[in-house]
Amino acid sequence: MIRVRLPAHLRNLAHVDREVELEVPGQPTQRALIDALEARYPVLQGTLRDPVTQQRRAFVRFFACEEDLSHEPPDAPLPDAVTTGAEPFFVIGAMAGG
Amino acid sequence: MSGVRVLVGTRKGAFVLTSDGKRQSWDINGPHFGGWEIYHVKGSPADPDRLYASQSTGWFGQVIQRSDDGGSTWEAVGNQFQYDGVTGTHQWYDGTPHPWEFARVWHLEPSLTDPDTVLAGVEDAALFRSTDGGQNWRELAGLRGHGSGASWQPGAGGMCLHTILVDPSDADRVFVAISAAGVFRTDDGGEKWRPVNHGLRSEGIPDADAEVGHCVHRLAMHPSRPEVLYMQKHWDVMRSNDAGESWDEISGDLPSDFGFCIDVHAHEPETIYVVPIKSDSEHFPPDGKLRVYRSRTGGNEWEPLTKGLPQSHCYVNVLRDAMAVDSLDSCGVYFGTTGGQVYSSADAGNSWAPIVRDLPAVLSVEVQTLP
Repeated sequence: MIRVRLPAHLRNLAHVDREVELEVPGQPTQRALIDALEARYPVLQGTLRDPVTQQRRAFVRFFACEEDLSHEPPDAPLPDAVTTGAEPFFVIGAMAGG
Repeated sequence: MSGVRVLVGTRKGAFVLTSDGKRQSWDINGPHFGGWEIYHVKGSPADPDRLYASQSTGWFGQVIQRSDDGGSTWEAVGNQFQYDGVTGTHQWYDGTPHPWEFARVWHLEPSLTDPDTVLAGVEDAALFRSTDGGQNWRELAGLRGHGSGASWQPGAGGMCLHTILVDPSDADRVFVAISAAGVFRTDDGGEKWRPVNHGLRSEGIPDADAEVGHCVHRLAMHPSRPEVLYMQKHWDVMRSNDAGESWDEISGDLPSDFGFCIDVHAHEPETIYVVPIKSDSEHFPPDGKLRVYRSRTGGNEWEPLTKGLPQSHCYVNVLRDAMAVDSLDSCGVYFGTTGGQVYSSADAGNSWAPIVRDLPAVLSVEVQTLP
């Protein structure tokens, strides 16, 4: 079970509490995790990745295990601590005012 | 008793303001989608309980929301706005080619007859249509591909398609306006388009009276005379009597002919409203006085409407989609400001009062007249 923490805007959009738990089939990767997240919450389609290019949105960041995974290849395996549920996978809106 | 529902889009959410026909006492509902930019909210003329809202942020992209109960509850619908075919390039601010990139939906225009059909004007400029209540969107690519697209360029707010006017007497005739490209018209329901900008003159482009390249801020039409169009251009207030084939300036005695919004009285096709703004470098009213100007002669002769509006130290702006009129017997006029005020007049502009004073910056105002 993978734990995902979403930023407030996306929690509100998906009507979820602070943390989401997801089963990710096969080898857990960023792509597989976001696919599973979007499958569970279709309203999030297009909010983390551009719906056409599937590229991570420029102002969205992915953190886990005190590391910035934003620029990892989307098919790279997630850290073991994330796949076992020991650590959450953070979706972050890039720090900015407004 | 009849009433009105005012739909307000702001930088930080949507608000629904309702009143009876007297328009003196208001219920304020919101924010909906708090923290998100709501560029536009509009109701279906065919079903007043069907509303569409454009919700977006620079972080998480575009969401389209739909309500079937007049804005009490909402459901997210489709948000895939994929340009049709090879997108090509338009001009960037420096004149270099820049690829077309979807940014957001500026304006939603529901069909006059079908609640499930709605047009969306987007940045980078293009027109999309949904026929299933906003679930799926298809580009009307004949607009972007008609031939001049490579020369379009963004205005300060981005290269946006911000105005959509459907001819109520001929649903196949649609006008759109793009900043900064100009006005375009289709007569076949959106397959073929052509620019209709003859008579516009604009500084800031190499050829001042070019066929395409003008920074049109807003168009307005009275439903009884769809061949007459009014325009607030970047500078200049303009009028066309022939569905855009030619344009004449009607700025007349306005204190400034720069501005963003323009609208038409619900029952008097020659009565129009603008809010003059000092200049394109100073986006606030001249002399710190917030004045709506009304012409009862279809332009050129204007009167300031000031009763109830701040006449000193006022430095707000009124954006292009932030003025609307209701169709009650005594026409109501509404506008919102970047300072978060929404003003209403229940007597066609003679006097004004704020409905609310402290919303986030107002991006759009629409009004529904309810039975």
